[in-house]
Amino acid sequence: MAEAAESPGDPRTTSPRPLFAGLSEISISQDIPVEGEITIPMRSRIREFDSSTLNESVQNTIMRDLKAVGKKFMHVLYPRKSNTLLRDWDLWGPLVLCVTLALMLQRGSADNENDGGPQFAEVFVIIWFGAVTITLNSKLLGGNISFFQSLCVLGYCILPLTVALLVCRLVLLAKPGPINFIVRLFVVIVMFAWSIVASTAFLADSQPPNRKALAIYPVFLFYFVISWMILTFAP
Amino acid sequence: MATTATPAGGSRNGTGPEWGGFEENIQGGGSAVIDMENMDDTSGSSFEDMGELHQRLREEEVDADAAAAEEEDGEFLGMKGFKGQLSRQVADQMWQAGKRQASRAFSLYANIDILRPYFDVEPAQVRSRLLESMIPIKMVNFPQKIAGELYGPLMLVFTLVAILLHGMKTSDTIIREGTLMGTAIGTCFGYWLGVSSFIYFLAYLCNAQITMLQMLALLGYGLFGHCIVLLVTYNIHLHALFYLFWLLVGGLSTLRMVAVLVSRTVGPTQRLLLCGTLAALHMLFLLYLHFAYHKVVEGILDTLEGPNIPPMQRVPRDIPAVLPDARPPARVLNTTVKAVEVILQSH
Repeated sequence: MAEAAESPGDPRTTSPRPLFAGLSEISISQDIPVEGEITIPMRSRIREFDSSTLNESVQNTIMRDLKAVGKKFMHVLYPRKSNTLLRDWDLWGPLVLCVTLALMLQRGSADNENDGGPQFAEVFVIIWFGAVTITLNSKLLGGNISFFQSLCVLGYCILPLTVALLVCRLVLLAKPGPINFIVRLFVVIVMFAWSIVASTAFLADSQPPNRKALAIYPVFLFYFVISWMILTFAP
Repeated sequence: MATTATPAGGSRNGTGPEWGGFEENIQGGGSAVIDMENMDDTSGSSFEDMGELHQRLREEEVDADAAAAEEEDGEFLGMKGFKGQLSRQVADQMWQAGKRQASRAFSLYANIDILRPYFDVEPAQVRSRLLESMIPIKMVNFPQKIAGELYGPLMLVFTLVAILLHGMKTSDTIIREGTLMGTAIGTCFGYWLGVSSFIYFLAYLCNAQITMLQMLALLGYGLFGHCIVLLVTYNIHLHALFYLFWLLVGGLSTLRMVAVLVSRTVGPTQRLLLCGTLAALHMLFLLYLHFAYHKVVEGILDTLEGPNIPPMQRVPRDIPAVLPDARPPARVLNTTVKAVEVILQSH
């Protein structure tokens, strides 16, 4: 079958194929176990997965994953109420963003190492433990979202702040001064608001309706800390 | 364990998802009865259990399918195929057993449902408790009620961490052998957990009627005053303002905690010991947080008033000999406007 060997979709998820398009409606979040594997129990597809993903070229695998990540980036940049981030979760995007952020925020080791800037490990740990804490909090408040889905959403919604960091670095190449600071402050505030709106669009539906504010407040604190690290960064 | 569709003793929506029934169990509030129910009702309380069931069913399907497929291969390959099939089956079974054991251990020890009743709050409740934490109540004749929840205190501690981070950045604090974030988290959580435990221990000695959870909640809500004071005074560097806020806001939240503790303790000596310790620790913590991360204004003082005024000392964290000069010179009040300008320019 043509779709077995050359499917552009992610084998773990319900990639939209014309033949099985209706089945993508079946695997909604209730069926997702804690590990996040989303497979449709269809016997004939199991053997096809084994052969199709092992025997295909590396380029195919990488391009497929990159396309999935890119699609999610688009969803974050233009947040609509959709299930894509939740349904087809993956942690590649959050990892890439987190590593980028941590690499750009660290000070060079040639400088005085005691100058108080965050090191790579600090940023990395803050992001991941912050995301884990927020997930635990939202689960304890009664939200019906899986652990890794929540990590996925929070990680992807760091994208606007990464863009803000890139812009800040470019702005810092210019002459320093109060105008410099005001521009950076404005950019970081806008991106901070964008991150919160994006994550709210995805996470709010999984909470009980009267407790949305309780679940969103730690997200606000989390992105505030990251925004503060970006704003006070000076190479 | 995962096969029960109805949670034990719980009411259920006819059409809602299975785990929806659990939430109706805990709507009654955080009483001991609800705790027992939650302890028993591990099935259906999280859809991970359902997920595990689905996973197991799916795996059994896959295994049956793979075994059927392997049989065909085995027949084709003869003896070698048979041995391969056998070793694969053994490996599969070991994997299954190990995985099942791991997930059982995981669901036993990492069962966050133990904490679920302490997070059963509404936003209106949190708001009213935050406001009440600043209002001391006069009646000490019978024990005052303490809400045993952990959401508010935990969020307040995290807010304090964020405010502290902001303060450390604006004061250009240098931390050696540590990180800014680590120090902030360590300070705030250490205070909350450590002082709560210490006061709980003292309460045990003084025969006060308070549980550990209530002490954690009380002290956590007491940090609301600290958050307000630090938020204002890390941005407006007026010493008189800080002392005013310290006495007023810090004092109010301390008085509230003291009143609650007094109402739960019998005997004047015990009351004095317990409340004196708590008041001292709480007020001194606020003082420490302000002065340890205070913005240096010595440059301004030197240029404007001359070098004969002792500058306020910034305290790097690893130099023990230098103590913060806690008595500010009176003339700093005239330079605060210029201080704000310099702060803006230095960004």
